[in-house]
Amino acid sequence: MTTGVVHSWDVSTGLDGPGTRFVAFLAGCPLRCLYCHSPDTWTMRSGQRTTVDELMVNIERYHRFIDVAGGGVTVSGGEPLLQPRFTGEVLRRCHDAGLHTALDTSGYLGARADDRLLDATDLVLLDIKSWDQATYQAVTGRRLAPTLDFARRVADRGTPVWIRFVLVPGLTDGVANVAGLAEFAASLSTVERLEVLPFHRLGVHKYEQLGLPFALADTPPPDAALVDRVRGQFREYGLTVY
Amino acid sequence: MPAAVALRVDAWRGFHDAEWTRQVDVSGFIRANYVPYLGDEGFLAGPTERTTRLWGRLREMFVLERARGVYDLDPFTPSGITSHQPGYIDRENELIVGLQTDAPLKRAIMPNGGLRMVESGLQAYGYTVDPVLRETFTHHRKTHNAGVFDAYTPQILAARKSHLITGLPDAYGRGRIIGDYRRVPLYGVDRLIEAKLADKATLDGRRSTSDVIRDREELAEQIRALGELKEMAASYGFDVSGPAGTAREAIQWLYFAYLAATKDQNGAAMSLGRTSTFLDIYLERDRAEGRLTERDAQELIDDFVIKLRIIRFLRTPEYDELFSGDQTWVTEALGGIDRDGRPLVTRTSFRFLQTLYNLGAAPEPNLTVLWSLALPDGFKRFCAQVSLDTSAIQYESDDLLRPRFDDDTAIACCVSAMRVGKDMQFFGARANLAKALLYAINGGRDELTGAQVAAVSPPLLGDVLRYDEVVAAYERTLDWLVETYVDALNVIHSMHDKYAYERLEMALHDYPVRRFLATGIAGLSVAVDSLSAIRYAEVTVLRDDSGLAVDFAVNGEFPTFGNNDDRADSIAVWLVEAFMRRLRSQPTYYREAEPTLSVLTITSNVVYGRHTGNTPDGRRAGEPFAPGANPVNGRDLHGLIASARSVAKIPYDLARDGISQTVTVTPDGLGRDRAEQVANLTGVLDGFVDAGGFHMNVNVLDRATLEAAMAHPELYPDLTIRVSGYAVNFVRLTVEQQRDVISRTFHSGL
Repeated sequence: MTTGVVHSWDVSTGLDGPGTRFVAFLAGCPLRCLYCHSPDTWTMRSGQRTTVDELMVNIERYHRFIDVAGGGVTVSGGEPLLQPRFTGEVLRRCHDAGLHTALDTSGYLGARADDRLLDATDLVLLDIKSWDQATYQAVTGRRLAPTLDFARRVADRGTPVWIRFVLVPGLTDGVANVAGLAEFAASLSTVERLEVLPFHRLGVHKYEQLGLPFALADTPPPDAALVDRVRGQFREYGLTVY
Repeated sequence: MPAAVALRVDAWRGFHDAEWTRQVDVSGFIRANYVPYLGDEGFLAGPTERTTRLWGRLREMFVLERARGVYDLDPFTPSGITSHQPGYIDRENELIVGLQTDAPLKRAIMPNGGLRMVESGLQAYGYTVDPVLRETFTHHRKTHNAGVFDAYTPQILAARKSHLITGLPDAYGRGRIIGDYRRVPLYGVDRLIEAKLADKATLDGRRSTSDVIRDREELAEQIRALGELKEMAASYGFDVSGPAGTAREAIQWLYFAYLAATKDQNGAAMSLGRTSTFLDIYLERDRAEGRLTERDAQELIDDFVIKLRIIRFLRTPEYDELFSGDQTWVTEALGGIDRDGRPLVTRTSFRFLQTLYNLGAAPEPNLTVLWSLALPDGFKRFCAQVSLDTSAIQYESDDLLRPRFDDDTAIACCVSAMRVGKDMQFFGARANLAKALLYAINGGRDELTGAQVAAVSPPLLGDVLRYDEVVAAYERTLDWLVETYVDALNVIHSMHDKYAYERLEMALHDYPVRRFLATGIAGLSVAVDSLSAIRYAEVTVLRDDSGLAVDFAVNGEFPTFGNNDDRADSIAVWLVEAFMRRLRSQPTYYREAEPTLSVLTITSNVVYGRHTGNTPDGRRAGEPFAPGANPVNGRDLHGLIASARSVAKIPYDLARDGISQTVTVTPDGLGRDRAEQVANLTGVLDGFVDAGGFHMNVNVLDRATLEAAMAHPELYPDLTIRVSGYAVNFVRLTVEQQRDVISRTFHSGL
């Protein structure tokens, strides 16, 4: 019986993929993004050990609602590919049950997603934190290349992708940084949309609770002009931008 | 406007003949004649310059009204159908005429409900009480309020004083009665009088028992009221003795009927019913005859809605505090499906919603969409769009209502269903279940005052509360509570019928009418979480010197209501069932009314909470309860759909007077752009109704807007938010209520 470590779950609308979705947040993440709004999911210790069957029982309680309302299931985190076997089985079981499936990942551990897992994935929500390698390293503490490899692999398979980019003033908002990401995104044939997510500080209380420093405590959310500029830059490359 | 009585062309021309022509049967008329509209909102017209000017004039007056509490009032003349001279906002520019008094926003007094309410209302706003009025309603004419207090028992008085049972309609009009105002345009008043005379004649051969005597007297009063309705209309230059011949007349006749009701009664809720599809038949006939354009049709509806928005009653500041302002609950039910499966959606259903754009968002009329999965997509999407833009509408499940009532069911107040013209209810406010639980623990003593309120029972003595002991004690408390509560309602409604009978509203009902005795409960989620804490964690009692349990220490975790967790949710179902079971087994209900139950608070959750001590779930004394059937603020951890699933487990058949849920989402918590948000909200409403949910108040707001409105109310006069079963102007809430709204779970995502 495959088990995984699940931090929490909710049923939400319009946030993590199309429609109303059961979102399972898996515990543990290899990245330490400066702007992370859920530092409480960073470690595996933050979750509860759960079997695939147990999670499926919970998901099934919303199956009909999801069918009627339109939507699906998203496996998110943390980083779900830190637990590829569990994630793969959950996606497979949901897919077989007729639910639309989405994988919400940074792509850093994309190599751990086998073809079987991706076969059961209808949509990849891919967070690309930055195009500039140095910035990526600064934001996440990790290398960018695995994410790009994963993006190309997913696109080559024909799996639809929504790219998500968190816009942080003074950190990820460089013109060249945005342009590079836009060009890359436009080169992938299955990118359906690019979501620019304005940085916010709503997670700051979690850092306080965990006794962790929040590096961006003094960084303001991007103003409307900046958000417009960045969205405009992505649009210039023919992307559907939100 | 001159008395534009159209040529008395055949008023029923072009209508399909059916049983409705031979007897009073409005729903039969609707089914035989309406044409569903399956398209989208593209046909709608904006406001005319005339509409904008007329409404602008009132908006200026609202500023002053908000500042003073009342704009103007007549402290001398007890209101009646014909008590005041005709009044106008701007006579030449009104399409639909009629005001409650001789000037707009000028309130009338209605002492039949209770002199005290009138006196404190007058004094609160700086008016002196006319000694003749006081003399008359103290010595010569008894009021409902005086009658009730003659017959209340000490137990009822104690429960009332301790806020165990609050909001009882014992000092003012009970409301929640919907006259079938459509009968007046369809048949004309003379035909209705004939029908009532015939009803009365059926009693001539019966022996004069007290029931028969009362029925005869009431029917005579109804007939008299119908005569006064004709007289009132005549004072405006209209003859409503016959049926209306055009759409404009139909709206005018209907409005006169409703207006007469609001001059006759200061009811807690004065709902309108289900008029849009009825009126659509007239509007579409006029359009087909070339009498009206779409612009004209919308203008008439806009003018009608302007009138509905300025219905006013004189109430006390305490009442306003309980219900957040000037509520009138002019509830109009839109949409739904007819018994043959056809949507009861017409262009006029859209036109009513369009008023929220043409006149701006507002709480009144309380537009209530009866949602069904079978509604046409264009209508569903327009409703979702209106919710996103205005937060001014609420949703109730037509799929639950239709099989239990019928396809001509309207909503009184917030969530109370009744077949129009066939059912009425005896409104009964609500009992505080969280306080009742504390009484169970304390042997019937009040946790704040120490006074013995409920019947004496052994208090629970152990340090740690044991679930089975608490449940047994709670059951005993509920026995006493429900008995006391039903006794109170029997007294209240007996006196209301006697001293403040709704003669005009009841004239627009069938004889005999079906009656409900409508009780309610507040604090459900606090009581449920408290019981869950006692059962699944360890709750230690902290007592004061007199042995009164005044606080609790909770050790351990416990499941809470609102997470689709059966451990907590089953306690909620048990508690509602326990209450309803007792309600159904009382020896007597006034006039054989059927007992029903609602889980609804409107904004009284704040006041109930203020008067309730610390509870075993960890809630502190004085903190507000959650509104209606909502989970306790912040304890629903998995989003509002999981929360709604918990609420939907309470069977509607246990609480057929309605189960209310309020949700607040931020716009970006529904999707990235408007099209996505509309589609997603439509899907959520479908899913909610499909899952057996009854009521959903939808607010689409962000926190920043509310905080800005608190700081600068003058900039947000139209900001409308839904509270349990109702919408309010946010800027008219008390500061305490504003804080409560903001602190409530803001589901940033649904």
